Amino acid sequence: MSLIVDSITKTFARFAALNGASFQAPQGAFVSLLGPSGSGKTTLLRILGGLEFADSGSVRFADLNWLDMPARTRNAGFVFQQYALFRHMTVADNIAFGLKVRPRDRRPSRADIARRVKDLLDLVQLPGLESRYPSQLSGGQRQRVALARALAIEPRMLLLDEPFGALDAKVRKELRADLRRIHDHAGVTTVFVTHDQEEAFAVADLVAVMKDGRIEQFGAPAEVRKNPRTAFVSEFLSV
Amino acid sequence: MSRKFLKPTEDPFWLKALLFAVTLGFIALVLLLPLMLVFREALVGGLGPAWDAITETDSLAALRLSLLAAAIAVPLNTVFGIAAAWAVAKFDFPGKTFLVTLIDLPFSVSPVVSGLVYVLVFGMQGWFGPWLAGHDVRILFALPGIVLATVFVTFPFVARELIPLMVDQGRDEEEAAATLGASGFQTFLRVTLPNIKWGLLYGILLCNARALGEFGAVSVVSGHIRGQTNTMPLHVELLYNNYDYIGAFAVAALLALLALVTLALKSFLEWRYADELAASHRH
Repeated sequence: MSLIVDSITKTFARFAALNGASFQAPQGAFVSLLGPSGSGKTTLLRILGGLEFADSGSVRFADLNWLDMPARTRNAGFVFQQYALFRHMTVADNIAFGLKVRPRDRRPSRADIARRVKDLLDLVQLPGLESRYPSQLSGGQRQRVALARALAIEPRMLLLDEPFGALDAKVRKELRADLRRIHDHAGVTTVFVTHDQEEAFAVADLVAVMKDGRIEQFGAPAEVRKNPRTAFVSEFLSV
Repeated sequence: MSRKFLKPTEDPFWLKALLFAVTLGFIALVLLLPLMLVFREALVGGLGPAWDAITETDSLAALRLSLLAAAIAVPLNTVFGIAAAWAVAKFDFPGKTFLVTLIDLPFSVSPVVSGLVYVLVFGMQGWFGPWLAGHDVRILFALPGIVLATVFVTFPFVARELIPLMVDQGRDEEEAAATLGASGFQTFLRVTLPNIKWGLLYGILLCNARALGEFGAVSVVSGHIRGQTNTMPLHVELLYNNYDYIGAFAVAALLALLALVTLALKSFLEWRYADELAASHRH
């Protein structure tokens, strides 16, 4: 039931974004992809979410050929840096979206959806904001709503693309702690992209340090920090 | 406490007054005065003659034909406009800039030329003319030709309105919808369409106004058969050339009225949904 990423490559118009990226993480792990911009971490995340297609390589997750499935059947919650909330929908409708688009036989009743929205708003600590529109929320609140929306579909995998990149330092720290709590509570496998090493090390069970479309080092934060395997890793971590 | 200086963004009074005077004067002279004259000329003999001119058989036929041509051309260009804007905004492909330029073509080509193109293609001396005549299909000097010319001329309105809007909105919300399990059609209906509905509405209204008012292109392909292939603008010209001034201005006034209704509808919707309109802007 683990996540096995094997030799993924991806080239955009002659630029090699991923150049054989591989790692393995157990079910329920919290993995951070860490690296400078252009290292391929967002591309790898988007491939895991089904928003981008790998040129070669494979991903196995929950004993499935993950890359053979379209995004909509993967049941992987995705959180974007710029929130990507549905701007014409209320907070409640945003969170309920993934439930409302289910085929009739798997769609919860209206009362169940409303209850689930309420539970999720409690979980992300925004109780009572059901009827607000995204434009009426602060950046931190928007990202909490985006997280609740991604969790509403009871995802197998939670993918976060620099989710706190647009927020100030204080809000980042709060959200980081909440994210870890929510991850443990939901029991999902989480992959989290960041270029902020402090953030990556504080929140993750496993860190993948990326450079030029490859994974330079993969391991527990303490291990990576103690024994940087390449000059790049030790330099990147010392900044 | 008196202010010694104007704010950096504030202009002196005489400049403000001059700008207002120029704007209002120009609008009055070029827009309002002629429009009022149309209605005045139409009603110069009272309501009766104007009403008779509008309800006369040929005028009614022209009204019907114009509405029919618009009723076919506007939905066609709505579907096309959404498809084109979607393709341009949500996908990357080589030749994208060229495609956008092509969509603009009807704006830059004279409508008369667009009409002539159809004559060259479907006319008796044209590519398909003899074949069409042999199979008894009438395109020129009939409804299909008029609809084609109208479609050509009103082609860019919806697409032009939607492309910048959809490019600005990006693909994030559609991507989010896909990861949440929505199908392509559900995404379009629940995410894309609500986000573009205002731009779409303006595009349709503009497209409709132009479809009803088009003169040049339709004039070339119509054949000017009274009561059969004359649209409203063509009918106005015909009446005018026959020295039927009351008739010409009465039909022209009706045409202007249709445009004013469109404008009023747009303003009403803007007023009615002002909150929603404000909320739908990029946050």
